[in-house]
Amino acid sequence: MIHSLFLINASGDIFLEKHWKSVVSRSVCDYFFEAQERATEPENVPPVIPTPHHYLISVLRHRIYFVAVIQSEVPPLFVIEFLHRVVDTFQDYFGVCTEAAIKDNVVVVYELLEEMLDNGFPLATESNILKELIKPPTILRTMVNTITGSTNVGEQLPTGQLSVVPWRRTGVKYTNNEAYFDVVEEIDAIIDKSGSTITAEIQGVIDACVKLTGMPDLTLSFMNPRLLDDVSFHPCVRFKRWEAERILSFIPPDGNFRLLSYHVSSQNLVAIPVYIKHNITFREGSSQGRFDLTLGPKQTMGKAVESVLVSSQLPRGVLNANLNPSQGTYTFDPVTKMLSWDVGKINPQKLPSLKGTMSLQAGASKPDENPTINIQLKIQQMAISGLKVNRLDMYGEKYKPFKGIKYMTKAGKFQVRT
Amino acid sequence: MSANSAFNDEKGGSSSVGEPEYGHDPASGGIFSSDYKRHDDLKEMLDSNKDSLKLEAMKRIVAMIARGKNTSDLFPAVVKNVACKNIEVKKLVYVYLVRYAEEQQDLALLSISTFQRGLKDPNQLIRASALRVLSSIRVTIIVPIMMLAIKEAASDMSPYVRKTAAHAIPKLYSLDPEQKDQLIEVIEKLLADKTTLVAGSVVMAFEEVCPERIDLIHKNYRKLCNLLIDVEEWGQVVIINMLTRYARTQFLNPNMNESLLEEGSDKTFYGSDEDEDEEEEEEKDKKAEAPAMAKRKPYVMDPDHRLLLRNTKPLLQSRNAAVVMAVAQLYFHLAPKAEVGVIAKALVRLLRSHSEVQYVVLQNVATMSIKRRGMFEPYLKSFYIRSTDPTQIKVLKLEVLTNLANETNISTILREFQTYIKSMDKDFVAATIQAIGRCATNIGEVRDTCLNGLVQLLSNRDELVVAESVVVIKKLLQMQPEKHSDIIKHMAKLTDNIQVPMARASILWLIGEYCEHVPKIAPDVLRKMAKSFTNEEDIVKLQIINLAAKLYLTNSKQTKLLTQYVLNLAKYDQNYDIRDRARFIRQLIVPTEKSGALSKYAKKLFLALKPAPVLESPFKDRDHFQLGSLSHLLNAKAGGYQELPDWPEAAPDPSVRNVEVPEWTKCSSREKRKEKKVEKPFYSDSEGESGPTESADSESDSASGSESGSGIEESGSGSESEESEEGSESEEEEEEEKEKDKKKKKKELKKPVQESESEQSSEEEERKHERKSKQRKSESESESDEEEDSESESSQTESEDSESEAEVKKKKKAAESKPPSKPVKKDNKKEKKEMSLLDLDDFEPAPSPQATPVNSFLSNSLATDLEGLSLSDAVLSPATISPSSALKSYEMLHRITGEGLSVEYCFSRQPFSPDANMVAVQMQFTNNATSDTKNLHMEDVKLQSGMRVKEFPEIELLPAGEMVTAVMGIDFCDSTQAANFQLCTHTRKFFVSIQPPVGELMRPVFLTENEFKKEQGQLMGMNEITEKITLDVKCRNEHSIVQRVITAANLSRVPCGSDKECRFAGRTVTSSSLVLVTVATKEEGAAKLTINCEKMVIGTMLVKDILLALTQ
Repeated sequence: MIHSLFLINASGDIFLEKHWKSVVSRSVCDYFFEAQERATEPENVPPVIPTPHHYLISVLRHRIYFVAVIQSEVPPLFVIEFLHRVVDTFQDYFGVCTEAAIKDNVVVVYELLEEMLDNGFPLATESNILKELIKPPTILRTMVNTITGSTNVGEQLPTGQLSVVPWRRTGVKYTNNEAYFDVVEEIDAIIDKSGSTITAEIQGVIDACVKLTGMPDLTLSFMNPRLLDDVSFHPCVRFKRWEAERILSFIPPDGNFRLLSYHVSSQNLVAIPVYIKHNITFREGSSQGRFDLTLGPKQTMGKAVESVLVSSQLPRGVLNANLNPSQGTYTFDPVTKMLSWDVGKINPQKLPSLKGTMSLQAGASKPDENPTINIQLKIQQMAISGLKVNRLDMYGEKYKPFKGIKYMTKAGKFQVRT
Repeated sequence: MSANSAFNDEKGGSSSVGEPEYGHDPASGGIFSSDYKRHDDLKEMLDSNKDSLKLEAMKRIVAMIARGKNTSDLFPAVVKNVACKNIEVKKLVYVYLVRYAEEQQDLALLSISTFQRGLKDPNQLIRASALRVLSSIRVTIIVPIMMLAIKEAASDMSPYVRKTAAHAIPKLYSLDPEQKDQLIEVIEKLLADKTTLVAGSVVMAFEEVCPERIDLIHKNYRKLCNLLIDVEEWGQVVIINMLTRYARTQFLNPNMNESLLEEGSDKTFYGSDEDEDEEEEEEKDKKAEAPAMAKRKPYVMDPDHRLLLRNTKPLLQSRNAAVVMAVAQLYFHLAPKAEVGVIAKALVRLLRSHSEVQYVVLQNVATMSIKRRGMFEPYLKSFYIRSTDPTQIKVLKLEVLTNLANETNISTILREFQTYIKSMDKDFVAATIQAIGRCATNIGEVRDTCLNGLVQLLSNRDELVVAESVVVIKKLLQMQPEKHSDIIKHMAKLTDNIQVPMARASILWLIGEYCEHVPKIAPDVLRKMAKSFTNEEDIVKLQIINLAAKLYLTNSKQTKLLTQYVLNLAKYDQNYDIRDRARFIRQLIVPTEKSGALSKYAKKLFLALKPAPVLESPFKDRDHFQLGSLSHLLNAKAGGYQELPDWPEAAPDPSVRNVEVPEWTKCSSREKRKEKKVEKPFYSDSEGESGPTESADSESDSASGSESGSGIEESGSGSESEESEEGSESEEEEEEEKEKDKKKKKKELKKPVQESESEQSSEEEERKHERKSKQRKSESESESDEEEDSESESSQTESEDSESEAEVKKKKKAAESKPPSKPVKKDNKKEKKEMSLLDLDDFEPAPSPQATPVNSFLSNSLATDLEGLSLSDAVLSPATISPSSALKSYEMLHRITGEGLSVEYCFSRQPFSPDANMVAVQMQFTNNATSDTKNLHMEDVKLQSGMRVKEFPEIELLPAGEMVTAVMGIDFCDSTQAANFQLCTHTRKFFVSIQPPVGELMRPVFLTENEFKKEQGQLMGMNEITEKITLDVKCRNEHSIVQRVITAANLSRVPCGSDKECRFAGRTVTSSSLVLVTVATKEEGAAKLTINCEKMVIGTMLVKDILLALTQ
């Protein structure tokens, strides 16, 4: 399976290598660099690169390439999924997954990688098990360790490894028992020039932060479970129960985890929370272009639209933009031609707008492509699909936990074509 | 020193001359230059006594390894610390060791003894990690040690260690492939392992070592299917991929019939779009099978095939993309056409994931969408392209959209394409134009629209776009050139502007090919081209020569000189292809004396009608690679790829997946299902089938008998009721009695034989006789005179009131009035068995006082049982009578492996008198060999901690052809872990194991309704497991529910006021934890099963068992 792993930063340095079988020379990465050169954008490097003796499978996250070297047939998704799991684990351990963080914690990283793969086959990837094996570094622990010389490595076999609930460790204790659930929905939409919706769908996730003592058994039920069209679960969720009763029943892992991700059935009409009025024109022969953008709330169920951020990749011919926002600030990067406008909150009484001119390269013909406008936004306390949690119950433990549920709607891949 | 030279190599030329400078340039060479010095102090630190210093040193070393620096010169200093007490130091030393052992083999051997010691450690974590590191050291000398360690670990008690052993197998195999045969043995052993922890790893090992040994899977197939959902996600991927291959070799093509139908309908499918993509091999298949077609039976899916599909389906909901993809490919390759659709939704969901995941998924969707377009059509919009997608994703989405295009959706797709053409990403635009071209060729109706659109693009400012359009237009024009001479003219004009070679070449080819349509322009174009010939790219030059030749043939007057000129230029070209072509063409078209017959046909050669190119997807035919595999992604065979076999013409014998069952448990009508259940005793559904009535009876019967304190009576009545059925039709009684008589006679006939054979008669033997006769007497009494019997019964159970007395009578009657149908099936063998059941108790020590409490509770439970029966008697109709069978027995030793000795065991549900915490296991030894077996006894009992065994007394002689029974007791500690031991004869030793179904780990207990409710109230929450079930049709009435539950688990019934609820109670044998079962029935066979038990594991397993019992 996975032979070796190389971590490569944005400037093309291999800053970490790990081998699970015989050592593979780092020169194998030359093929990767070749492919990288050929690709214009960093994300266009093909995830699978065949070389004469090996195959390189890579993922790009946080501007670091994680390049796995494999030698024989293996499902590529298997490797890709694993690499992403590695990144998630690093993020979980160090807060961020940057080159600096990895370099600072290189020993922990090495210990983690050692536990996660055995001979190239995944061994322990569940963060709860790993945390028992190797304690995450905290400032306090680092200090204590340097003074006492004690270690980060757990002495016991993680109980989860053997139990029927491998995702949860035993003997969890909290003084404040709390369980928080965030229902976050994202709207993916493509709106065409005239403002009509070409495609729109809602993807949602329920992220949980559960800090409960002992072995609690939770059930979560929805008011309108029918909305959920396609779901994927954390392994802790009892699938049968969901099939039969549409109730989420599970023994939660300790800490943060994604309980469920779902897709809202496409039959339901998706409410589009904002509209955009745009007028972006270039005139033949003139070195000026007009730029005019107005945002307004559409179907928001009375909730405020916040943290609105509009961005657009302007055509290459645009040299500069001289715009005037009615609220918020805008920036234009003349190198990447990226225009972004931080709008903030939309006030329905006074609609935010961005107007002005763009200067074009003198003499160049008018660009014939139209920029696409990407929108990010947030709406608090509402799940746009209307999904509502009915109740959350806990069994198996005596205490009363503090429970909280938060709803939020965001724009996912929300694009307006002009 | 090798390390030093390597070190120098690595540094490159920078400081290779002379001494390394120390700390001269801290920014760049800091680490390098001070390495020597640093290594010295690292050595010092490693040699110190302080763990903290050692740890610090190891950390620095590991950091260096991580950066790819060579630290191999530290090997001796590091290896010394392999036995260090500090666990983190130890782990880091392991990391170091595994990295460098290969380079320093001799020194690495120093560490081996530490690991060998570790392998014997009582802590499973240490055993596992020792094995892990030992097997990771790639030193050939230790291969035998590794082999031994793996073998040992494969039979370790801890599943974690066994998992590690499975991981070690491929490591050893890659180190020394000659060990294959031995490793296969270990794999075979581990494949039989029942824990989910091991399953994934061992299948991985199987795939790496012996993927061709598909025969090893047969016996484990069903188990793997059933365990699949609980295996960790990575293991799931490997198992699913393996099972896909397995299924392809073992089952028939589920779409076989469809293809037959298609053939019958005279291949009309070539016309229809849907079937255009029909797999070629399938067609071949069909042709080959055509003669056999008449004989072909309608396709029925193998239940095992169905099992696989059913058990993998929930995994489509996995959060792991690799698992989802694995299931998707399984469905694509194995499922009937109608069912493949379910995977589309899950795959579309993955498109929300990281772009790398999208990339792989889209590749696979592209392949699937060619063959099964309908599947993804509803999700068309999910493949719409966003400007923020990376180009490679855009191109793949485009591919999918093109594959999905048909008459109905083409207009929306084309509108979408129109916006794509305006994108800033030019590569993507080019791909879009290609896609439009493909849509145009595939869908005739839009061809003209597309062509017009493309022609408009010719005036695009971007050259790339124009060039791409030219290429596509050329292909489209070939389909109907005569209509489009104006387009050709338009394109001829473009030659002045377009610089992209491919486009120029395409235009030239078009003009040459259709020069008759543009007779005026063509020579002019050639003239211009001749002028610029030397500056053109090679492909353009070739096309110029081509054009010249064609024009020469059609219009030699105008172009003769030009052609000569071009050919002369080409003659001196640098590229030999062009020179070659020029020479060849000159010979062909310019008539000379020497030119042969060929030149006459030059025109035909050059201007033959050429078929229009078929624009097809690059993903066509990729599905001969297993989807989701690396080979599929690369469209080339990767190393180690296992070819997906074609469906077999005829299904191989499905019975290879059965685990052989002892004959007497086979129920003729349901052979298959029975076999299944024996294979996986965990989820055994046997209870559902073997008439539960009788076990309920036997339960109460034995209870009633137990008062008398005689073990024989108990088992006697037990075996009696074995055949008994709930049929109280009195008119049949007579007949039955006759039958009984007959049977008795047979028994009597046989007994003397046995007696005479068992030569070593002892006191015990005599006692046996006595008991037997007594038994017989009581039996005959009970049969001959019911009245009397019931009286004696009531005298035994004095405590019961008159009502229950009546119950007893009724019940007794039921027990005796045997079903009229039964005896036919039961042959001599059966009877023999019965008899041996009688015999068995002879080996049981006389009841001791300890046993009495158990007995008393049994008598208690009698009341409840009777109550249950009395209720059910009323409802019972003849239709619900089910055939009864004996207590379920399991095979311990097959006669083949046992060299003639076969052993079966069953859980007799009798209290095991020497120790109340033990479960009685009744074993039946049969000697099928021709020689006697002596000194049967057990040895070397291997148990999980806490478990105990009371061995059966040694059987001194088992003559050939005879059978004998014995009882042993096992304290399973309330776990379903198997008890392993060796069964020894005077010549051989056999490794055997006994694994209890969870239902046998409990004993019935009597509770009143109130007590039950109270206890249940205390076992809420996590201790409560509820399942909604749909009852089997044959199991809708209360009576059969009671039967089935009690057969599934050794529980007793609890009285209950409501007739919609059945309640049962029991305690686990060892820890006496209460087990409460409630079955609440509702309309239409719906029911709710609730189990309260403080032992969650027991509870969950019991749920599965009871569920199976009630639903099958």
